[in-house]
Amino acid sequence: MSVLEKVRPAPQQPAATAREPRITDENGRRIRVWELVLRYLLLLGVLALTVGPFLWQLSTSLKGPTEDIFSSPPRFLPSDPTPHNYERVAETIPVWDYALNSLKVALANVVTNCVGAALAGYALARLRYRGRRVATLVFILTMLVPVEGIIIAQFTTMRELGLNNTLIGVLLPGCVSALNVLLMRNAFLNLPYEIEEAAYVDGANVWQRFLRIALPAVKGTLAVVAIFAFMGAWDDFLWPLIVLSDPANFTLTIGLNYLHGTFANDERLVAAGTIIAVAPLIVLFACLQRYFFRGVGEGAVKG
Amino acid sequence: MASTAVSSGARRIRRQLPTSPWLFAAPGLLIAGAFILYPFVSTLVNAFTDRRTLVPGEFVGLANFRELLHDDMFWIGLRNSSLYVLGVVPALVLLPLLLALLVHKSIPGITFFRSAFYTPVVASIVVVGLIWVWMLDERGLVNSLLETVGVGRIGFLSDQWLILLSAMAVTVWKGLGYYMIIYLAALANVPRELHEAAAVDGAGPVRRFLSVTVPAVRSTMVLVAALASVAAFKVFSEVYLMAGPSGGPAGEDTTLVMLVQRTGTGLTGRVGYASAISVVVFAVTLVLMLLVLRADRKEES
Repeated sequence: MSVLEKVRPAPQQPAATAREPRITDENGRRIRVWELVLRYLLLLGVLALTVGPFLWQLSTSLKGPTEDIFSSPPRFLPSDPTPHNYERVAETIPVWDYALNSLKVALANVVTNCVGAALAGYALARLRYRGRRVATLVFILTMLVPVEGIIIAQFTTMRELGLNNTLIGVLLPGCVSALNVLLMRNAFLNLPYEIEEAAYVDGANVWQRFLRIALPAVKGTLAVVAIFAFMGAWDDFLWPLIVLSDPANFTLTIGLNYLHGTFANDERLVAAGTIIAVAPLIVLFACLQRYFFRGVGEGAVKG
Repeated sequence: MASTAVSSGARRIRRQLPTSPWLFAAPGLLIAGAFILYPFVSTLVNAFTDRRTLVPGEFVGLANFRELLHDDMFWIGLRNSSLYVLGVVPALVLLPLLLALLVHKSIPGITFFRSAFYTPVVASIVVVGLIWVWMLDERGLVNSLLETVGVGRIGFLSDQWLILLSAMAVTVWKGLGYYMIIYLAALANVPRELHEAAAVDGAGPVRRFLSVTVPAVRSTMVLVAALASVAAFKVFSEVYLMAGPSGGPAGEDTTLVMLVQRTGTGLTGRVGYASAISVVVFAVTLVLMLLVLRADRKEES
């Protein structure tokens, strides 16, 4: 179930259009004006706290070399906005190559998670065979393993496979996450059996039933898996930090860490780098909010 | 795609080859086995060896664990990771609930606020960490504001304890929106009759919060506590970015996972010893989960 659908009461009540400030809550009760003012003040306060730091970073990244970024009281808007710092990031580190590396890993992670989790989820939910319970248990146990505790062994495994310091090595451990397998399993379990039975009677084999009937019915969950796979790979830090050592193969987060470690005193430069890293995800989030919220609801059940 | 080739006469019977379920599950099982379960087992095994990155190592019994007892850095890490749980979890159980109550009522523009409050969740922890390194810099925005209002500048990122506290604040800041969404789903299921009855009885907002809202979302609070405490104990990135790779002044801000990363990687990495620290991380994580679940059961009975 989508969190947002449950959360969001009826869309904008017509009461809001009335001339006088007569605003009602979802139960039709009138909200007093002072309470409403207080609410909006609090909301704006939290807004400043949560979004403000991003805007400050954006503002810093647009301030030119001659503008004082340390002034007190602070100046929130750049007096003469310039893309200069973004050009400098690209001269300092191969930031576009890093962004491309991150994009490659993130897109590959989307494909492998969608395909792998849908296949395995279908096998756990729909197919009858010996060992199904064991297979389900394997995925549950996998999900419970704290990844931070096994990074060293994952690293030695990658070394044995000769995949350390490659993007494949970054991708592999999370490329079919157990959480996603179980999410897909639940989605398939919620489908009524009847539609597949009809296809079964018509002679459709297991692949046809999977591809033509079951899969299209769980598109929503698949979208959630895709988005969280993209975000997870794009944002990941600890694992790429361990598995990548050659700067040529860095992903964006590791490149940023390097930029910060080497040019810590150049705040404008680091600010421009962080904006490059965060902008694509904010755009993605703005376009696909629904699925982000839905994913929280489904993912939180994992505990 | 072997089964599609089966002739129509035999289709009814051999529609599902006995191997096909395993073919479906194979990619997932393979990845889980090779890159999660095998490393997990090998961490448990390595903890009892003196393995290094380039040296296979031999069985050494409990030597690694005995060494841990006398390793100051280990105790610092255990202290910091534990403090992190104590500092972060209460804030992450309570603040997102208050935030959820704030955005629960559907007043105009509320979906915008909900989305905006979620933005820090979407950003990478590296981005978030670096934003706050700059915000809390000696000459950064927070200190400029503090100076403007006459408090004076504070060295957030130079004192051992202030660094840890700042990192905790960043963890809470990044987690607010995530747990807010979890609480929103729970609040949607609180019967509004309860609130109305309490209001009729003359209960004020605080009283209604404590006697209606909290009991109604209690199981969600336990879930949030479990998720947040496990995540807090395994903290790495926030402290790594704000205190630096070596863990702040004299390494005093090192967390356990930072210690694992520092000890076990590189060409001279002590894989065996780092695995022993990892085993401690597993154990504490497990205990934390059990504690939270037990607290849940106790309150219920």
